[in-house]
Amino acid sequence: MSQLSPYTKVRGGRKAAVGNVGRPSVAWALPGIVFFALFAIVPLAIAVYLSFCHWDGLNSPTPVGTDNWTRLFKDPEFRQAAWLSLLLTTVSWAFQTPVALLLGVWAAGRQRSRTFLSAVFFIPLLLSTTAIAMLFHALLDPNFGVIKQIGPWFGIDPNIMGSSTGALLTVAFVGGWQFMPFHTLIYQGGARQIPEVLYQAAAIDGAGMLRQFFHITLPQLRNTITTSSVLMIVGSLTYFDTVLIMTKGGPGTDTTILPYLMYRTGFQTYDLGYAAAIATALVIVATGLSLILVRFSGFGSMRSTREGM
Amino acid sequence: MSVDTRRAAPPTTPALRGRSTTARRRRRWGNPLAGLGSLVWLVIVVVPLYTLVSSSLMHQDEALSGDPLAFPSHPTLDNYNSVLHSGFLTLLANTAIVAAATVAIVLVLSVPVAYVAVRTRSRLSSLAFRTFLLGVAIPAQAVIVPLYLLIGKMGLYDTLPAIILPTAAFAMPVAVLVLSGTMRDVSEEMYEAMALDGATPLRMLWQLAIPMSRAGISTVAIFSALQAWNGFLFPLILTQSEEKRVLTLGLFNFMSQFGVNIPAVLAAIVLSVVPIFAVYLVARRALVNGLMGVGGK
Repeated sequence: MSQLSPYTKVRGGRKAAVGNVGRPSVAWALPGIVFFALFAIVPLAIAVYLSFCHWDGLNSPTPVGTDNWTRLFKDPEFRQAAWLSLLLTTVSWAFQTPVALLLGVWAAGRQRSRTFLSAVFFIPLLLSTTAIAMLFHALLDPNFGVIKQIGPWFGIDPNIMGSSTGALLTVAFVGGWQFMPFHTLIYQGGARQIPEVLYQAAAIDGAGMLRQFFHITLPQLRNTITTSSVLMIVGSLTYFDTVLIMTKGGPGTDTTILPYLMYRTGFQTYDLGYAAAIATALVIVATGLSLILVRFSGFGSMRSTREGM
Repeated sequence: MSVDTRRAAPPTTPALRGRSTTARRRRRWGNPLAGLGSLVWLVIVVVPLYTLVSSSLMHQDEALSGDPLAFPSHPTLDNYNSVLHSGFLTLLANTAIVAAATVAIVLVLSVPVAYVAVRTRSRLSSLAFRTFLLGVAIPAQAVIVPLYLLIGKMGLYDTLPAIILPTAAFAMPVAVLVLSGTMRDVSEEMYEAMALDGATPLRMLWQLAIPMSRAGISTVAIFSALQAWNGFLFPLILTQSEEKRVLTLGLFNFMSQFGVNIPAVLAAIVLSVVPIFAVYLVARRALVNGLMGVGGK
């Protein structure tokens, strides 16, 4: 649904003087832009600069050329961390997308139980990552956690946090547990926008529930899937808190993902120049993904959520 | 964005009514498989939450030796008491200040950005809008080293503003996204009518755009408050002293302080959630509707 009235369209366009009456000047947005730039964009530039410096956090940063970068490419810890980040992201995506999609589509329906259940599903999103990580740390304690009781029912070793695969899967699960409501909501919103007429037409043609799902719901949710996926990918970088609290990067370095490696290098061994190089590598990945976001998700061209209705 | 499409009434002409029984049945019963799946997820969500609350009411020895799924045999509030006497109220006050200041900054700065993004036709404003969209994808971890430098140079290290300023900046992209979404749903005719009456852009913002996008504004307020309340990385790196500690850091600290006193740790977690949960009960609709629109179609 276009937000422009027919009148504007007739007068329309950038040149028409009337159309520009009562429009604010771009300067209004300046304070917001400057503020955002100061604390988000400028630091990005500084991160790149610092990645070419040696800095211990106390003295002034001193430029050392490309030292940090040559070290980065040779560093087996960095390579492992990059691989683990990728793995964690993939596992999280593969776990969250189907569940969030099905829950979201289900919650977009009209059953009575839906309102109540959606309210319960939402609760994890209210808890801080810290609280959730600590909660699961307690629940998964092999000696006195719930896992001791429940684990064997499902064939799960109570000492799941002690195995490298188990620890990584747990981090992915805990992240999913927390952010599932957010993605479910996104899908719920997307599913509500699908015109009912499509389903009616499909029903007339005799399409069953499964066919309706695969031929109407999924294709109609295409943009929502992209948006949610990219938010998930970028979001799984924030599993840093979970890793710090639950595993401290362990066992060994088996859950040391890139942000945690960056934190350890920067704020525990005070090698902040090298940490900045790791952070810059992280930015390159995130920016690459965000460009894909703007390019494919329809985010950038989003005019109104009602568009196309 | 706050538009509730459930009310986009399905056609109920007699001719269609007869033919759409499948669709209606689908709605009344839902999808049985999905319903079952949602019950499974319900268990996954509820069991940890139940254990959280019930174990926080247990005596320590019961929590260590007993069945963690059982109801506490002698419920006690002792754990809550010891947490409240461990400087919890300072944490709460600091967090409340951080959250309130974050919300204020985000709203004051994001509303004009969204308004300009929706109302002007210049390239510059669409460029600014795209920059904010890109900002959604900047992970805070990526800029924490330079922020540490920047906050230090500004002389703000170990102060509450050191937490507030970056938190507000990182809440802005989603705020601009949500606000411009709701403002786009204000019809052009209303702006035109006001323009014909000779209203200035400022008056249109005050008397039309802001009142009409109240839903989006409350979403943004709650969402930024939530982000500030739950933030961990900025406080961890940018503050140090105990007096400036916020809830999340305090919790993290409790974990080492109370060690194996799991009930006390869990009680601290419950206490940290209570305020945000109260807000949620009041403002659920605004938050849920606002977030639902983020995905677009």
